[in-house]
Amino acid sequence: MQKSWRHRFHLPAVIGTIPMILVALGVFVIGIGFSVLWSFTSSKLFPTYDFVGLAQYRRLWADNRWLVSVNNIWFFGLMSITCNMVFGYLLAVFMDQRIRQEDLFRSIFLYPFAMSLIVTGLVWQWALDPNLGLQEALRNWGWSSFSFAPLVSAETALYALVVAGIWQGSGVTMAILLAGLRGIDEDIWKAARVDGIPTWRTHVSIVAPMMKGAFATAFVLQCVGVVRVYDLVIAMTGGGPGIATSMPAVYVIQLITVRQNVGQGMAGATMMLLPVLIVLAFSGILLWRRNRLREAGA
Amino acid sequence: MTVGPITAIQPPREAPDQAGVAPFGPKPRRISAGRIGIYAFLVVAALFFLIPVYIMIVTSLKGMPEIRLGHLFNPPGEPTFQPWADAWLHACTGRDCNGLSPGFYNSVKITLPSVIISIICASINGYALTFWPYKGANLLFGLLVFGAFVPYQVVIYPLIIGLSSVGLFASLPGIIIVHTIFGMPILTLLFRNFYAAIPVELFKAARVDGAGFWRIFFYIMLPMSVPITVVAVILQVTGIWNDFLFGIVFAGRSNWPMTVQLNNIVNTTTGVREYNVNMAATILTAAVPLLIYFISGRWFVRGIAAGAVKG
Amino acid sequence: MAQNGTSVSIQDLSLSFGVVTVLETLNLDVAEGEFIVLLGPSGCGKSTLLNCIAGLLDVSEGSIFIKGKNVTWEEPKDRGIGMVFQSYALYPQMTVEKNLSFGLRVAGTPKDEIAKRIARAAEILQIEPLLQRKPAALSGGQRQRVAIGRALVRDVDVFLFDEPLSNLDAKLRAELRVEIKLLHRKLQNTMIYVTHDQIEAMTLADRIAVMKGGVIQQLDAPQTIYNRPVNRFVAGFLGSPAMNFIDGQAETGATAAFKTGNVSIPLARYAFDAAGNSSGPCVFGIRPEHVALGEAANAMPFAIDAAVEIVEPMGSDTLVWTKLGGQNFSFRVEAEKTLRNGEPIRIGFDPARASLFDSQSGNRM
Repeated sequence: MQKSWRHRFHLPAVIGTIPMILVALGVFVIGIGFSVLWSFTSSKLFPTYDFVGLAQYRRLWADNRWLVSVNNIWFFGLMSITCNMVFGYLLAVFMDQRIRQEDLFRSIFLYPFAMSLIVTGLVWQWALDPNLGLQEALRNWGWSSFSFAPLVSAETALYALVVAGIWQGSGVTMAILLAGLRGIDEDIWKAARVDGIPTWRTHVSIVAPMMKGAFATAFVLQCVGVVRVYDLVIAMTGGGPGIATSMPAVYVIQLITVRQNVGQGMAGATMMLLPVLIVLAFSGILLWRRNRLREAGA
Repeated sequence: MTVGPITAIQPPREAPDQAGVAPFGPKPRRISAGRIGIYAFLVVAALFFLIPVYIMIVTSLKGMPEIRLGHLFNPPGEPTFQPWADAWLHACTGRDCNGLSPGFYNSVKITLPSVIISIICASINGYALTFWPYKGANLLFGLLVFGAFVPYQVVIYPLIIGLSSVGLFASLPGIIIVHTIFGMPILTLLFRNFYAAIPVELFKAARVDGAGFWRIFFYIMLPMSVPITVVAVILQVTGIWNDFLFGIVFAGRSNWPMTVQLNNIVNTTTGVREYNVNMAATILTAAVPLLIYFISGRWFVRGIAAGAVKG
Repeated sequence: MAQNGTSVSIQDLSLSFGVVTVLETLNLDVAEGEFIVLLGPSGCGKSTLLNCIAGLLDVSEGSIFIKGKNVTWEEPKDRGIGMVFQSYALYPQMTVEKNLSFGLRVAGTPKDEIAKRIARAAEILQIEPLLQRKPAALSGGQRQRVAIGRALVRDVDVFLFDEPLSNLDAKLRAELRVEIKLLHRKLQNTMIYVTHDQIEAMTLADRIAVMKGGVIQQLDAPQTIYNRPVNRFVAGFLGSPAMNFIDGQAETGATAAFKTGNVSIPLARYAFDAAGNSSGPCVFGIRPEHVALGEAANAMPFAIDAAVEIVEPMGSDTLVWTKLGGQNFSFRVEAEKTLRNGEPIRIGFDPARASLFDSQSGNRM
C-alpha cells in the first residue's frame, strides 16, 4: 500500500512532466475554455468580459462568408477524403503486386508530403494558371480551344484545392494502407487461393475488412488535416475568387487578425471544435463498449 | 517460404512449346494485360506527382522572355541560375528586397531550438507516463492526445493573449514555445508507445539496483531511444520548417520564417510577376524538408506510420 | 491402410529463388490414402514443398501429378486439394459457417449442396455449436478444427497440413494429434503433413520423409527411420533423449570392431549397409533406451564398467549420464532405480541395435 502511494506521487516524475502539465491544462483546457468564454462576449480587438449571450453565434450564422465557409469545408472534406482514400488504396494495392522499382515509386508518391502546404498551394496555383499552366501549354501544342482554368471560376476553384490536397496527401494514405496490406497474414492469401477465390474478391471480401485499423488511421489523419486546412487555401487561392474557397479556419483567423472581431471569431472557433468533440466522444464510447465486450467475452 | 499473394518473384521464363508438351517446370507466364495495367496505372500516377515539380524546376531555369512564349513543358533553351540568385538575395516582399535568405535564417533559428526542446520534453513525458505514472498522469495524457485533434484556431487567440501578457508575443522565444506546445501531443504519444514496448523488467532491474527517476532516464532509457528520436527529429524538422500559420501569427515580422516570406514574395508582388524567381524561391523553401526526406528514406515512412498510430 | 495407386507424385522437382536453391531434384510418390509426414528443421524446404504441391508456389523444374493428372500448371483450386495452415488463416470477419462456405459460394455450388457439406464437416469435427460464431470468439483448438473443416467441405482427395498444431499448447497438441489420426482413419484420404515435431511425425505417419537442405534424406516407415537411420542427421534429429554418438575408428579384419580410446566394441553382430564403407573413422550411435544396466548388461554382447556422473529423473523414467571411452554417454533406466553420483555401474548393449556412420559423409555404414 505504501509502495503504491510513493509510486503515485513520485516527485521527480511530476517535476519532469511540468511542461506536459502546463500544456495539457494551461493550453488545452484553460485556453480552450477562454476561447469558448470569449465567444459569448462582445470582444473586438481585445478580449472583454461583456457577455452578450448567443449574439455572436447569431451574427456568425447570419454571415454569408461563414455559411459559404461551412459549405466549403463539408464539400472539400467529403471530396478530398473520399478521393484520397480511393486513390491511396488503389496505389497501395497496385504497389503490393510485387512490382519492380517499388522504392522509386514509393518515393515519388510520398515526396509531396514532405513539402509545405504553402509550396503545394503555389505549385498548383501555377500549374492551373490560365496564362502559364496546363491550359496555355496545351494551347501552344496546337489544341487552341482547350480551356482549363479551375482557379478562376468560383464553381471549380474548390475542385482545384481537392486535387492539390490529393497530390500532397494521398502518398501518406498509400503508405499507411500498404503497411496494413503487408501486415496481413500470408496464409490468408494462400487459403483464399486454395479456396479458389478471385484476387479482387479476396481484396473486397476478406482483406479490406481486415484493414479496418489502417483505414481508420488514414481517415482520422485526413479529417484532422481537413479541419485545419489553412495554408493550402492561403497559398493557392487566398480564399477566392471572391469568397468561393473560404474555409472556417481561414474565416476565424481573418476575424481575429484583420477584422478584429474576436468575439465572433471565437464563436467560429467553437463551432469548429464542436464536430471534433462529437467525433471524439463517439469513438470514445465505441472504444469503451468494445473493451467491455471483450472483457465479457474473455 | 515467401509466397506472394499473386505471383512468385521469379522472372517470367520462356514458355516451352505448348504443342503436346506435358506441363513441366514453371508455369509459362505471358506478359498479361493485368501486369501492363498495373504498371500503366503506377506510371500515370507517378507523372501526376512529378509533373508539377518538373514544371517548377524548368521554369525556374528560364528567363522571363522564354516563359512568356508559354512552352511550359519545354526544358530551358538557355538555362540561367539568375532567378535562383534573385530569389535568394533580391526578391521583394513589400518594400524590402532582401530575397528569401533572411527567411531561411529565421527558419533555422526557429526550427533548431524548437525541435530540441520539444523532443526533450516529449521523451521525459513518455518515460514518466510509461514507468512512473502518478495519479492523474493518464488524464493529462488524454488531454494532450485530445490536443492533437483540436483545430488550432480554438487555441490561437488565448495563446496570443497569454504570450502578450508575458511579453513573448511576436518574438523568437514565443514561436519556439508555440511549436513546443503543438509538437508535444504527437511526440509524447510517439515516445510513450516506444517506451511501452521496452520490457518493464529492464526498468525494474534498474530500480533494484537503486537508480532513480533521472538516472534511469539518462543512463538506460535515453541511450535506447536513438531510433525513436531520429523519427521524432524528422517529424519535427519537416513539420516546423513547413509551418506557416504559427509563423505568421506568433513569430513577429522580424522573425518570419521562410514559408511566410515565400508566400509574401509570391502572392503580394506588385507589377510584373517574375515566375522564374517565384518558382526558384518555392523550390528553395521546399529544399530542406525534401533533403531530409530523400536522406532519411524509410525512416521518414516510419515516422509517418508512427505518427499515424493514434490511440 | 494404403490402397493401390498413386495419389500424389512429384517428379524431379526443383525450386530456386534466384541463386538460392530451396528444393533440389526431388522425387516423392504418395500412395492413395497414405499419411505422409514431411519432417525436418526449419528452413529444410518442407513447407516450400507443401506449397509447391498446393500450387501456391511455381516450381522451377519438374512436375507434380495428383491422381494421375499433371497439375504442375494448375491453379490451387483446380488441384483437388484442401489445405490447413499453421496460423489457421480463418477469415476473421466471417462466421464459422461463412468461413466454411465462402469458397463454395464463390465457385457457385448450389445452396443445398453447400448446406449438406457444411453439416457433414461440422458433424465430423463436432463444431456444430460454433457455426454462428466468429473466429475471434473461438479457442485455438476450435479454430484449428474450423480450419480443417474448410479443407473438408472442399470434398477433395488430398489434404495438406502446414504445421497445423504448432500454435497450440502441448496438451491441446496431443489431443488434436489423436483427432487428426482418427479423422484420417475415418476419411481414408491422402494426407501430407508438414511438421518439425518428431512426436507428431512418429505417431501420425504411415511414412516419414525426413528433409534437410531441400533434399529428402530418408523416406520410410517411422520404425525403420527410428531404428535404421540412413545418416547421422536423421539419427540425431529423431529420438528424445537423443542418440549417443561416439567418435572412433571402425576396423575390419578377422574381428570387426569399433575402437575409441581403449574401448573396443565388437561389430560381429552389426549388419553393415551393403552400399557403405566398413572401416575408417566413424561415429558409433546407440539410443539411450537400448542400453542395459547391471546384471542385464552382462548378458549383452558388449559390456563395460562406468561411473554415474549425473542423474536426471524425468518422472516416467530416468536418464543417467556417464562416460564411454572418455565421451559423454547417456542411457535410460526405470524411474524406480536409484543411482548415486559417482556410483560404479556396469552397462552393456547389443551392437546389432547400433548405427555406424562414416565420419566424413555421415552416411550409414
